[in-house]
Amino acid sequence: MTTMSPEVACAGKRSQRNQSRLLGVVSRVRELGLLIVLLLIILMVRMQVPRFFSVDNFEQILLSVAILAIVAVGETLVVLTRNVDLSVGSIVGVSAFVTANFFKQMPGANLLVGILLGCVVGCLLGMINGSLVSLGRVPAIVATLGTLNVYRGLDFVFSANTTSQVNASDVPASFLALATTQIFGVPMLIILAAIIALVVGYLLRTSRTGRQLYAVGSNPAAAAMIGLRRNWLVFGAFTVAGLLSGLAGVLWAARFATVDATAATGLEFQVIAAVVVGGVNIFGGSGTIFGAILGAIVLGTLQNALNFLNISQFWLQAIDGGAIIAAVLLDAFITRLLQRSQLLKRKKQ
Amino acid sequence: MKKFRALLLSWEMLLVVLLLACIILGSMLSPYFLSGFNFYALTSNAMEIAIMALPMTLIIIAGEVDLSVASVLGLASVVLGVLWRDGQPMWLAISVALLIGTLAGVLNGVLVNWLSLPSLVVTIGSLALFRGLAYVVLEDQAVSNFPASFTNLGFGTVAGTDIAWSAAIFALLAIVFAVILHLSRLGRQIYALGNNKEAARFAGIPVRRIKLLLFVVSGLLAALAGVILTARLSSARPDNGVGLELSVVTVVLLGGVDIFGGRGSLPGMILSLFIIAIIQNILGLMNISGDIQSLVIGLLLILSVLGPNLAQRIQITLARRRLAAGRSQSV
Amino acid sequence: MQRSEPIVELQDIAKSFGRVQALQGVTLALFPGEVHALVGENGAGKSTLVKILAGVHRPDAGVVKVGGAVVDLRSPIQAQALGIAVVQQEPMLFPDLDVAENVFMGRHPHDRFGRVDWKRMYREVDQLLASLDLSLSSHSPVQGLSVAEQQLVEIAKALSLDARVLILDEPTAALSSHEVDELFTIVRQLRERGVAILFVSHRLEEIFELAQRLTIFRDGTHVLSSLVSEITTEEIIKHMVGRELSQLYPKSEAEIGEVVLDVRHLSRASAFMDVSFQLRRGEILGFAGLVGAGRTEVARVLFGLDRPERGEIWIKGKSVRVSSPRAAMDYGIAYVPEDRHQHGLVMNFSIAANVTLPILQQISHLGLLDPRAAQRIAGDYSSQLRVRSAGLDQLVSALSGGNQQKVVLSKWLATNPSVLILDEPTRGIDVGAKAEVHRIISDLAARGLAIILISSELPEVLAMADRVMVLHEGRVTGTFSRAEATQENVMFAATGQEK
Repeated sequence: MTTMSPEVACAGKRSQRNQSRLLGVVSRVRELGLLIVLLLIILMVRMQVPRFFSVDNFEQILLSVAILAIVAVGETLVVLTRNVDLSVGSIVGVSAFVTANFFKQMPGANLLVGILLGCVVGCLLGMINGSLVSLGRVPAIVATLGTLNVYRGLDFVFSANTTSQVNASDVPASFLALATTQIFGVPMLIILAAIIALVVGYLLRTSRTGRQLYAVGSNPAAAAMIGLRRNWLVFGAFTVAGLLSGLAGVLWAARFATVDATAATGLEFQVIAAVVVGGVNIFGGSGTIFGAILGAIVLGTLQNALNFLNISQFWLQAIDGGAIIAAVLLDAFITRLLQRSQLLKRKKQ
Repeated sequence: MKKFRALLLSWEMLLVVLLLACIILGSMLSPYFLSGFNFYALTSNAMEIAIMALPMTLIIIAGEVDLSVASVLGLASVVLGVLWRDGQPMWLAISVALLIGTLAGVLNGVLVNWLSLPSLVVTIGSLALFRGLAYVVLEDQAVSNFPASFTNLGFGTVAGTDIAWSAAIFALLAIVFAVILHLSRLGRQIYALGNNKEAARFAGIPVRRIKLLLFVVSGLLAALAGVILTARLSSARPDNGVGLELSVVTVVLLGGVDIFGGRGSLPGMILSLFIIAIIQNILGLMNISGDIQSLVIGLLLILSVLGPNLAQRIQITLARRRLAAGRSQSV
Repeated sequence: MQRSEPIVELQDIAKSFGRVQALQGVTLALFPGEVHALVGENGAGKSTLVKILAGVHRPDAGVVKVGGAVVDLRSPIQAQALGIAVVQQEPMLFPDLDVAENVFMGRHPHDRFGRVDWKRMYREVDQLLASLDLSLSSHSPVQGLSVAEQQLVEIAKALSLDARVLILDEPTAALSSHEVDELFTIVRQLRERGVAILFVSHRLEEIFELAQRLTIFRDGTHVLSSLVSEITTEEIIKHMVGRELSQLYPKSEAEIGEVVLDVRHLSRASAFMDVSFQLRRGEILGFAGLVGAGRTEVARVLFGLDRPERGEIWIKGKSVRVSSPRAAMDYGIAYVPEDRHQHGLVMNFSIAANVTLPILQQISHLGLLDPRAAQRIAGDYSSQLRVRSAGLDQLVSALSGGNQQKVVLSKWLATNPSVLILDEPTRGIDVGAKAEVHRIISDLAARGLAIILISSELPEVLAMADRVMVLHEGRVTGTFSRAEATQENVMFAATGQEK
């Protein structure tokens, strides 16, 4: 057997400690890098179009991102558990239509009842997803590809049975005011999204359940070994994702006022793009709400910048798709690098 | 006797019963259901799905999935339209559309092989990417002044019959794919791959090359489906075939192909294709819109995975109970 | 050392998997403040015993007592609750989370609002790590830790659970010598605190360094328990391997011909170093050594599954580069892998489909399979090897272990190899089938095949091989002719002892 002099052993240990510190940095690099990308976009567009750089425009960007961000918060929870929810766009659509239609049918109804209705609908649809994945053992991607279409179909059934579209004139102004009200000059929509992100982010960091979500996604077998209730955690993540999509649907109806059965079609790709670009690992176990929100803001800023640069808005979906692939590749690449450095470390000893 | 019983209880048998039930239901609902024209309408409507389902069957049996097919279809359709609009000859437009589809398949295959990423994740990204590119190429416009010689590919029938040209193309392809999957070396290797990737590697099967090939063929045929859809609708639009991946995956899984790979047959897929085509046809005859039709398809997708899962769990629970009962008796 | 009541007692434990009896009539007692070493060859039943204590497997018969009371260990959580903690060879941790959370996952310290008390958690883990004199930071993500550090995290977890029993399952297999020293220091500390430790290892020098008591298993039965101070290395080795050779098939003589395979200075990082040997026609070369000695790794390189970093492979006088299994087969190399289920067979395939999987080229014309040719070839080999089945169309999942192994053998013989590598060919099959497999190996050598036989069952290697090459931690530590190869000689080389 080889013997090691104490100095060598000591040096080895020091380099190891440096390495694990380096790893800590790498895991934060994603968010930092994203911030830098965001700044670069802003600076570059500003050089071309100075009026891009204004408080009004930033408010516009945040406003356009707010609803997406609320859905992204829910999606983050699901992705953390090593699953994915493709049906969020449809849930937003159903909730938006149901809420708008409720106010159209009952113009005098209490505002809160309508909002709750949308949330409950979203919550129930999320519970269906959760049951299919946790109890039914249907792979999340298949289950939610199915429910994406089932929920959207339900939306069309509702609209076919009532009226095909709800217009701004059909709903009470107090409901529409949800989207336009400002508090201290800041749109309530932005404040609401920020509060939700802060609360969920805080719970994810400080609640035991939040930590267990990470564990279940990081290593399901190890989670089972120490008795974490995986089915419940996955079910819960889908339920909260549904609930937040439901709320997003209510806000969607209030913001766009005109709602038909196609509302929020394809939103799921923007949401998933925001989440994975924000550094939430699509294979579960790592990522933060802050990152996901940052991802949404970067994509939203990009969208806004296209406008200012007179580039066709039709690039948006392609950018989302490219961003998903690039982010997943980057994560896989970093993991590969880490494994290799670990192997090297072993080899040296 | 044993074999006969196994056949009777097989998934394919279940599909045959389901198919008959659908046909009976259809003929009860509408007197036109069994007409030659309705057969033409029913088949030609489903042929894009059918053509994409052929490589999808092989891909899922090999343990992968390609969710980007409908977007490749859309991209190919748009490329074809733009080239025709800009005055290129039709043969060139079609060739380039097919080439673009092939390249899309290459991209999927390379991404899946490189870094060994799961195809589910890769093709969700490329689903958005290819559809996005379709929008970039044609924006919100459409190309629709196609010549009759081309649209005939979508509308026309084989002389003197009620068989659509697209259906004839599909029939030919289906035979080729059935032979490949069930009778050829490649087919055997695909099953081996889906059942046990490691054992396949140990047996000298070129795992990566086969995966790449499957994604490339999937891209090519999705583009072909795009050409046919463009001809049938006589219109090239960036949203052509949005969401068709649902129908394709549903056809394959309902056909008895295991979502985790290794099991399934092409005849099963074709049976399920007809079931779904008839269901859509019946819903159409009942004047139910396409969006609501996809509700039914979505339900079928979930049930075709959930059903076997639940059945298996019930079996296991029962077996366990029997075992426990046996134990307590012996004690 | 104070004598006291045992914390854990196992009495007459039996466990079988299918037809294979993994443990029979096993008795073991673990005392507080004592390191109890468990030794035995591979397949002796050590890991089955560990899994029973960990609550992963339930014994078919026998009694488990913890603290004097009879318990039924149904799950890992229950074992944990009873104070039994296991440190696996490859630890089960959450790579994305840091050290402190890994220690406390599932039972985070919290305040009265249910919020995780991070400060307290890090403080407690820091104290724990400090009490073990570890330099590990409680904030490091586990993803970047070495295996040794991950094991230390598992130990810290066990301590925070106030575990009374700590099971170390071959913990040193993946560690460097310096890391082993660190681990041992900690184990000694724990022993002084009164923890009962079960230390599974087959590195004998480690046992003498660390353990007070020792138990030897052989073929799933308990052979001997003794104080370490009252036993010698020679005696341990004798008891580990002392098996009757009579149940094995006698090897027939084969004519040994020209060199077929010549391996020169082959190395692959973190697997093996500077391995050289020659293999001749008709010769059976035994690869002996313990788990992790690098035998399978050499075979994987020869079969093109992994790439070597240095060294040459010569086949029939030509230097070759084996870049893939397909290339290996083209050079006439066949490899029967250790794990039938994972690597050897496609369980959902019929016998015929499995046998012909590597030779699909031969049984197809223009890419189409010829089922009759497949039946013919599969029929040939399976009748030669006497595969017992209901027919060639039977699924291999329905066959017994021995017959499955014969299907794997048929499959590789069908490639018509000149070099056949057999990796643990009789693992997990019953005695009758074993003798049959031995007969087959012997016949194949007599027909002129050059065979590499990797086996952890020493008697098997000694009975079958013309020459035995022994590996220890990736290096060749001895090559013995049939006459020189005694159980003791080989075991000494395999455990890295100087004689």
